[in-house]
Amino acid sequence: MTALARTASGMPAITYNFAYLDEQTKRMIRRAILKAIAIPGYQVPFASREMPMPYGWGTGGVQVTAAILGANDVLKVIDQGSDDTTNAVAIRSFFETTAGVATTTRTRDATIIQTRHRIPEAPLRAGQVIVYQVPIPEPLRFLEPRETETRRLHALSDYGLMQVKLYEDIARHGHIATTYAYPVKVAGRYVMDPSPIPKFDNPKMDDSPALQLFGAGREKRIYAIPPYTRVVSLDFEDHPFAVQAFAEPCALCGAKGVYLDEVILDDKGGRMFVCSDTDHCATRQAEGHTGSMSAPYGEGQP
Amino acid sequence: MYVAVKGGEAAIRNAHALLAQRRRGDASVPEIGLDQITGQLSLAVDRVMAEGSLYDRELAALAIKQARGDLIEAIFLARAFRTTLPRFGASVPVDTGAMRVRRRISATFKDLPGGQVLGPTFDYTHRLLDERLATQAGDDADRTAAETTTSARPNVPPLPPAGEGWGGGTAPTPDASPAGEIPAPSLPSSDRTRLLPSSTPETEAGNIRLRSGRGFTGARVHTSGEAAEAPAGPMPRVTDLLGDEGLIEPAPADDGTPPRDLTREPLSFPADRPLRLQALARGDEGFLLALGYSTQRGYARTHPFVGEIRFGEVEVSLHAEELGFAVPLGEISVTECQSVNQFKGSATQPPQFTRGYGLVFGQLERKAMSMALVDRSLRFAELGEEKSAPAQDEEFVLSHCDNVQATGFVEHLKLPHYVDFQAELDLIRRMRAEHAAEAEAQAPDVAEAPHKEAAE
Ligand SMILES: [Zn+2]
Repeated sequence: MTALARTASGMPAITYNFAYLDEQTKRMIRRAILKAIAIPGYQVPFASREMPMPYGWGTGGVQVTAAILGANDVLKVIDQGSDDTTNAVAIRSFFETTAGVATTTRTRDATIIQTRHRIPEAPLRAGQVIVYQVPIPEPLRFLEPRETETRRLHALSDYGLMQVKLYEDIARHGHIATTYAYPVKVAGRYVMDPSPIPKFDNPKMDDSPALQLFGAGREKRIYAIPPYTRVVSLDFEDHPFAVQAFAEPCALCGAKGVYLDEVILDDKGGRMFVCSDTDHCATRQAEGHTGSMSAPYGEGQP
Repeated sequence: MYVAVKGGEAAIRNAHALLAQRRRGDASVPEIGLDQITGQLSLAVDRVMAEGSLYDRELAALAIKQARGDLIEAIFLARAFRTTLPRFGASVPVDTGAMRVRRRISATFKDLPGGQVLGPTFDYTHRLLDERLATQAGDDADRTAAETTTSARPNVPPLPPAGEGWGGGTAPTPDASPAGEIPAPSLPSSDRTRLLPSSTPETEAGNIRLRSGRGFTGARVHTSGEAAEAPAGPMPRVTDLLGDEGLIEPAPADDGTPPRDLTREPLSFPADRPLRLQALARGDEGFLLALGYSTQRGYARTHPFVGEIRFGEVEVSLHAEELGFAVPLGEISVTECQSVNQFKGSATQPPQFTRGYGLVFGQLERKAMSMALVDRSLRFAELGEEKSAPAQDEEFVLSHCDNVQATGFVEHLKLPHYVDFQAELDLIRRMRAEHAAEAEAQAPDVAEAPHKEAAE
C-alpha cells in the first residue's frame, strides 16, 4: 500500500506494494479473471489501473500477472518469442524489482509466462498460466468501431460481419488476408481475438492443459480460455484454416515446424531464418542440434 | 556465422543512464528546483495536476522535472503514482459560488454583482517576446519593467509600496489559506510587482480598457468610479443570476446518487453526464480544444456565450461520519467555465438557454472553456438536437480524450512487431507469386517476373 505519509519536505513518501498493485485492486482483477474463466472467450470489463509503463506496452498483461503472482512463482516474460527483447526485459525487471520473484527463460520451468505476440514452441503443461498482452481485445473492432454495437453482436452471437470479412478477403486476394490476431471461436460460443500472435500459434490454444489469460489494459478487458477448452480458428469448408509453413528449417538449430524470424544479413538479399522462440532454439542447440549457419556449440555464446 | 541479437538488458540500462544525463543538462548550470517549477512554471504544474488528476503541486513539479518538461510524460508519471493511492472517501461537492475569486469575467454582461475581475491573465497582453526576462536578474528586471510601463502613462499613479493591499487592501490575501494537507498555491512574486491601483479608469474609443491586475474591477470601475474597490462581497454565478428569471435551464438536481468513478470502474456506454465530465476534466487539453473549436466552425454548432469564467480557491471538505458534519481539508485552485448556449423549449416548456460546463484544477481557462463546449455538444440527445459531428459522439470523444492512453498506444508502434510483420511478408510474397504466375499464364512474354520476385 502506498503510504500517504509525507517526507520532511512535505512531499508524499513514495512506496509500493508487492507486485506494485494494492491488494484491493488485485482482488478486483481476480474477480474479473474468475468471471472470465467461467465464461470462456467473453470479454469482462475491469477497472484497469494506470501502470508505470505506457498503455499499449503490456499494461493489461502486467495487471493480470500482478494479480495472480505469488511469492513462489517463477516468471518468464517474452516478446516476439524472445526473452531478451527490450520490452520483455523491462517487464521482467519490473516484477523482479516490485515482487522479488524468481524469473527464468525456460518455458518448462516457468509457472507464469507473460507473452506478447507468441506462444512458446514447447507444449505448455497443466498448472502453468500463460498471460497474453492484448492491444485490441475486440475481434469485431475493425469491422464495427462502436463498443455498444459490438457488445450487442456478441450477445446475439451475430458473427456474420466476420464471416463476410473473411469471405471478401478470399474474393479479393485469393486468401484470408489475416495472418495474425486471427479470430477464433472459444467453446463454441464467443468469437475471440487471440491477441496479435501469428495464426501459426492458433492451434496451440486448442485443448491446452495450461490456463490462458488475456489482459487488455487500455481497453479495460480481461478474458480467458480455461484448460482443455475447444478453440477453433474461423474458416470455410472450401478454404480451411492453415498455418504458415516455412520453406527451410532454423539456420541455427535445424528446427522444423516452428515459427521463424527472417533476419536480413546484408543489403544484397542475404537473409536467414532462425527460431522466433529463443529459448526453444537455445535448448535445441544445447542438445546438439545444428543448422546451416551454426558455429560449433559454445562458440559465440555470451 | 550468426549470433542472435542479445544484450537488450544492458542496452536499456545504458539508454536510461544517458537519459538521466540529458535530463540534467549542462552540469555547470544550477539544477532546477521544484520550488522554481511550482513558482515559475505554475501553469505547466496546473496542467499536470489537472490531466494527472492529482492535486499536489510538488509532485506535479517533480513529474515535470523528471519528464524533462514533456507534459504528457509528466501527466503519465502523476497518474501512475495516483493510481496506487488508497481512497478514504469522497469530498463534499465544492461550492464554486463561495470561491475566493482571483479572476472572474463574464462575456454576457457588462456589469454584474461582484464586477469583472481580470486577475492574472495573458488576455490583452501584446505577445511580444520580452527580452528583459532573458536575463537572470529576475524580479529586479520585472519590477523595473512594471515601473517603466507605469511611468509611461501619466494618468496611472505609481506602484503602491510592496504589501500595501491588492487593489485597495480590503481583498482577502491569497496566502491566508487555512492550514491543510493540500498546500495553497502562492502568487508568484512577479505578479505582485505588476499590481496596479485602479484609481483612474482608462477609456479608449469608448471602450473600457481593462488592465491586468487584481483590484481592477472592469466595468464596475468605469461606471461607478469606485476605482479602488476590491472584489469583496458575494460574487454570484452568472448562471444563478439567469436562473432566477428562469432564462436558463436549472442545474441538474442532486438526487443523491453517487457519481460513478471513472478511475475505479471501466468506462461503459452510454455514459451519463457526471461520467462524461470526469473524463473531460482529465482529458487532453489539445484534443478538447480542437473538438470545441470544431463546434464553433459548424460541426454541431451550439451558439455559445461565455456566461462566466472564474478562477480562485475553493474549500474541500469531507463529511466525517463520526462527527456528523463536514470537516475542511484545505483549499484547491480551480477554474470553472459556464457556457450559455442556445435555446431549448417545447410546447410545455418556454424557451430557455442551455448550459455547458467546465471545471479543472488550477488556472486552465482554455481547457475549462473547451470542456464546456464539448460538454454542451455531448448533450445533443437530451436536448433533442440532431447528431452530425464528432464532438457529439460520446464513444468517439471519451474513448480518445485521454492522452496517457493515446500516447501509449501510438507509441507502442515502436515496439518490435517482427513476428506479425513476418506473417504479412509471407502472405504478400505468396500473393505476389500467384499474381506473377497468373500474368505469366496470360502473357508468356513476361516470364521474368517470378525470378525478380525472389531477389526482392
Ligand atoms: Zn532454432
